[in-house]
Amino acid sequence: MSAVIVLLEVLPGGALSATSSGLLTAAARVGEPVALVAAPAATRAAAAAAAAELGAVRVLTADVDVDRLTVPVVDALAAAVDRERPDLVLASHAVETRDALARLAARLRLPLATDVVGVARDELGVVAQHSALGGAFTVEGAPTFGTLLATLRPGVVEGDLSAQPLVEQPIEVVASGVPSARIESFSETTAPSSRPELRGAKAVVSGGRGVGSREDFALVEQLADVLGAAVGASRAAVDAGYVPASAQVGQTGVSVSPRLYIALGISGAIQHRAGMQTAGTIVAVDKNPEAPIFEIADFGIVGDLFTVVPQLISALEAHKK
Amino acid sequence: MKIAVLIKEVPDTWGERRLDLETGLTDRAASAPVLDEIDERAVEAALSYADAHPGTEVAVVAMAPASATATIRKALAMGATSALHVVDESLRGADLLLTAEVLAAAVRRVGADLVIAGNLSTDGGAGVIPAMVAESLGMPQLTGLSSLELTDDAVAGDRVSDAGTLRVSAPLPAVVSVTEALPEGRFTTFKGIMAAKKKPYETMDAAALGVVVEDPAVPRYIMLAVAERPPRQAGTRIVDEGDAGEKLAAFLVAEGVA
Ligand SMILES: Cc1cc2nc3c(=O)[nH]c(=O)nc-3n(C[C@H](O)[C@H](O)[C@H](O)COP(=O)(O)OP(=O)(O)OC[C@H]3O[C@@H](n4cnc5c(N)ncnc54)[C@H](O)[C@@H]3O)c2cc1C
Ligand SMILES: Nc1ncnc2c1ncn2[C@@H]1O[C@H](COP(=O)(O)O)[C@@H](O)[C@H]1O
Repeated sequence: MSAVIVLLEVLPGGALSATSSGLLTAAARVGEPVALVAAPAATRAAAAAAAAELGAVRVLTADVDVDRLTVPVVDALAAAVDRERPDLVLASHAVETRDALARLAARLRLPLATDVVGVARDELGVVAQHSALGGAFTVEGAPTFGTLLATLRPGVVEGDLSAQPLVEQPIEVVASGVPSARIESFSETTAPSSRPELRGAKAVVSGGRGVGSREDFALVEQLADVLGAAVGASRAAVDAGYVPASAQVGQTGVSVSPRLYIALGISGAIQHRAGMQTAGTIVAVDKNPEAPIFEIADFGIVGDLFTVVPQLISALEAHKK
Repeated sequence: MKIAVLIKEVPDTWGERRLDLETGLTDRAASAPVLDEIDERAVEAALSYADAHPGTEVAVVAMAPASATATIRKALAMGATSALHVVDESLRGADLLLTAEVLAAAVRRVGADLVIAGNLSTDGGAGVIPAMVAESLGMPQLTGLSSLELTDDAVAGDRVSDAGTLRVSAPLPAVVSVTEALPEGRFTTFKGIMAAKKKPYETMDAAALGVVVEDPAVPRYIMLAVAERPPRQAGTRIVDEGDAGEKLAAFLVAEGVA
């Protein structure tokens, strides 16, 4: 079976990104999942072991200069592609790894498919599926020939491979000398979040401008915690500073497709709907009976979120007991 | 200093946006074309530097159909110095690699110290063009910046991700892409619109830029199939009469999601 190279993201702390198992699982639908771990010596061995644990049949490892942005990883990828001649190179659509595949595509002049929601193989080769214009359209594409590079939307494929014995293959990387940006510093987000990540979450509770303040956003978080849900927001809530930008759901934020999506004080502008309308069940609470969110809600409540939500939370807590 | 800003014409997100079910391409007739909001912010970033540093040139670069002239002129009306519009029927449906190679060739032609782009276009949403252009130009890329600090010879900024904040810097020349955390684009004025009519506006095709569109040696990414999803229907809607929270809890339990 031909190889699929999976670029795994090693976080600054040394752990593999949460997207890793889904990537390896998606890769296995097309070929033999071979991980690439490009990391400094201090974290490499642990990351390689973690990759095998998640189902990588082999783990290519390379040293990288962690002070430089993207280019060292691209150099490692180019060496890995040269060695394996894969049908597919897969990475997460997260900004760090999609930049790496973007540069690789331009360097090797290879076709690139972005934000794919699935990859498969047919008689002619690798095909990729996309969900376009906020999920209103599905599109399938393929390379005319040769290796396809693809970025996978986080959270759309769940990891289910069994662990493999670690087969580590260090690769020799010749630095390209292409100019790169310098990483001056990295400050980790301190919020010790026990909540699920927004991308790929099974349930999402989002708050909008209607929540009214950063303090009152705690109510959104409280409901999220009762449901084991991730916290999302509209752009208006982000702009008002109730929540960090990483919580934004929508066209220019995160696209989510959870089983349950609850919108609180969100009118449902077309750009917000573009990021959540493929959810399984949509619930909306809004004071305004004309709010467009009701056009797509399976259960809509015209009411004040500050009376509905506390009652909902106690009813759910009572049910749990 | 010369700054090139990559600007894209996209279907207005407020309108109905459609894909042509035969070609898989954006149906340009379905909704009004506009300058992408994120690219207005990119133009604004360049103009605010130019305001503070007289002598700065801001060239906007776009690959778009001939009909996009009014959209591109809007950037000139905002205050950009000149425009380079790549128009070529054979570029219709260009994949990412071809688009990036065309834009890189256009930037080379313009000769910029800094390239500013949006982090993510609202129609394609690929978010990869800036890094591809950087690689083609042999420049560093600083993508997804939520703050931008520019001097004569260097650029720096912050990228915020779920994991934390990354601070990056590079000497010029460089390519940056900015997020919607940056200020909105300025309004155009009547004076600006009039002045835009006299500004340099160059139109070129791919061949003039030295880009070979139909190169059999280079693989392309092509569309195989497009399908439309049925639109979502509204379900139950109730007006709160004091028990909506309880009713919702019962609904969630019945649906098996709570
Ligand atoms: C290019 C572009 C990209 C965009 N991308 C995004 C994106 O990715 N994500 C996004 O969300 N938006 C995006 N937007 C912005 C979008 O157009 C809307 O402005 C935004 O979604 C509005 O957020 P909102 O619903 O919270 O605010 P509003 O539209 O102001 O709605 C607030 C709602 O809260 C209700 N409300 C107020 N008080 C209460 C109460 N006590 N109880 C119950 N309800 C109450 C009001 O009735 C109202 O319906 C984008 C816009 C553009 C132009
Ligand atoms: N056809 C184009 N013409 C000019 N700039 C473009 C074009 N396509 C993409 N860009 C630039 O690249 C950014 C990111 O686009 P994308 O990679 O398509 O999400 C946009 O915000 C623009 O700055």
